[in-house]
Amino acid sequence: MSHWFYLHWRAFAQACSRLAGQPLGTLLSALVVGIALSLPAGGYLLIDNVAGLARGVSGAPEISVFMAQDASEAEVRAIATRLRAEPRLASHRFVPRDQALAQLERSGLGDVLGGLSANPLPDAYIVVPAGDEPELFEALAKEMRGWPKVAHVQLDSAWVERLHAMLGLGKSAVLVLAALLGLALVIVTFNTIRLQILTQRAEIGVSRLLGATDPFIRRPFYWFGGLQGLLGGLVALGTVWVVVEVLRAPVAGLAQTYGAVFHLAGPGWPEAGAILAFAVFLGWLGSAISVRRHLAGESIG
Amino acid sequence: MIVFDQVAKRYPGGYTALAGVSFEIRHGELVVLSGHSGAGKSTLLKLIPVIERPTAGSVSINGQDVSRMPARAIPYLRRNLGLVLQESRLLFDRNVFDNVMLPLVITGHPPRDGARRVAAALERVGLAGRERELPAGLSGGEQQRVAIARAIVNRPSILIADEPTAHLDPDYAHEIAELFRSFNSAGVTVVISTHDATLFAASRPRRLVLHKGLLVEGGEA
Repeated sequence: MSHWFYLHWRAFAQACSRLAGQPLGTLLSALVVGIALSLPAGGYLLIDNVAGLARGVSGAPEISVFMAQDASEAEVRAIATRLRAEPRLASHRFVPRDQALAQLERSGLGDVLGGLSANPLPDAYIVVPAGDEPELFEALAKEMRGWPKVAHVQLDSAWVERLHAMLGLGKSAVLVLAALLGLALVIVTFNTIRLQILTQRAEIGVSRLLGATDPFIRRPFYWFGGLQGLLGGLVALGTVWVVVEVLRAPVAGLAQTYGAVFHLAGPGWPEAGAILAFAVFLGWLGSAISVRRHLAGESIG
Repeated sequence: MIVFDQVAKRYPGGYTALAGVSFEIRHGELVVLSGHSGAGKSTLLKLIPVIERPTAGSVSINGQDVSRMPARAIPYLRRNLGLVLQESRLLFDRNVFDNVMLPLVITGHPPRDGARRVAAALERVGLAGRERELPAGLSGGEQQRVAIARAIVNRPSILIADEPTAHLDPDYAHEIAELFRSFNSAGVTVVISTHDATLFAASRPRRLVLHKGLLVEGGEA
């Protein structure tokens, strides 16, 4: 096992040496990989932030539960008890019929309402579910419609569904972008390794004559591809971080104009780890394909 | 023991480099392979480390038929052979130490012990203290000595050299020939191809002479 580690350590050192030996080429490759990766990474963060911003601007999606006109005070309180016991709810508040009427009058409909002999509005509860999945909204609304003296349940499912549809579309777009740019990165690494193999051809030939096995020859190229991917991933993270820092204040200002408080969030540790792992994988994949393609058939001489 | 049994080598274009070559080389022999250009010397030597495979017949080393050896086993065979080619085939971006160390790196030798072996090999070829120099700063003879040091650093039991003195001045050529004689004296089987068999005449080596792919002298051990 120590022999295996020694060979990998040596291959790692050799790959580092090759990267350091051509600083300009390494820098350019890392920039190409990094900038390309920063697009899907930034897109993912943008969607994540837009979801938060949308919630902040429009408020949390709600369900309105309207009581029957003839519901007694006890029956209205019984609904409050049921709401408190429901674990799938984040919060709820009671809007008495008198308060609803007063709000309506303040909204400029006082003249219309003045002609009525009695308050036509029912007592109501405004309920905020503990989640924004359309399925949760539908399930809660269906249940509440069956409760005694509940006349009507109105939910914001259309808004929630639109939000989910938009976020889903955005996520799909990011996935497609990531796949396309990932393919581009594999091609970039493939070509870099091809050039590496060409410049190392003499060493490869001599090593084979001296008894080097295929894994021995290939290992430094795998490390090279992985390290190039890692450098690209770091550039991508740096790019995203800079963009987030530049946009943080303007976005917060924009949200404020809509009455929302919003802070643009950069990548956390899990996202950063995923970006780096993805970049290393792409680099390794590009090198593996290139090595397989360009070192094939050379195993004897 | 190296055994060639009715070995033939025909290249894809139809050129026959070797035809029905048979001979045996015993442990510790010094064998000089001679013949005109194109006689098949290099091809014959390439069959031993399986750089080429014969189109007919078999090549055995210590009882193992290497001509049908699977590709994945060839590197392990080569690690037990010392190869010196016509061109030194040194890595010119590496210093002398790194060039000689390469076979030990390939076999995963511990670096400290490897460094001792490299120093010993360089001393053996008369290049002690030149470890940090680059091959480009060495003469042709010195470069060939580095290649020889690289070939012996793994302490092979068989040393194969293809025209190691081809591009050297007579003085250098004699030095290199003397080196091979000294390895043979130490018990190493040495197989050398050369245009100038007189370089080794003093050691009374066994001579194999090829002519147009046929072994015309020295076929019987």
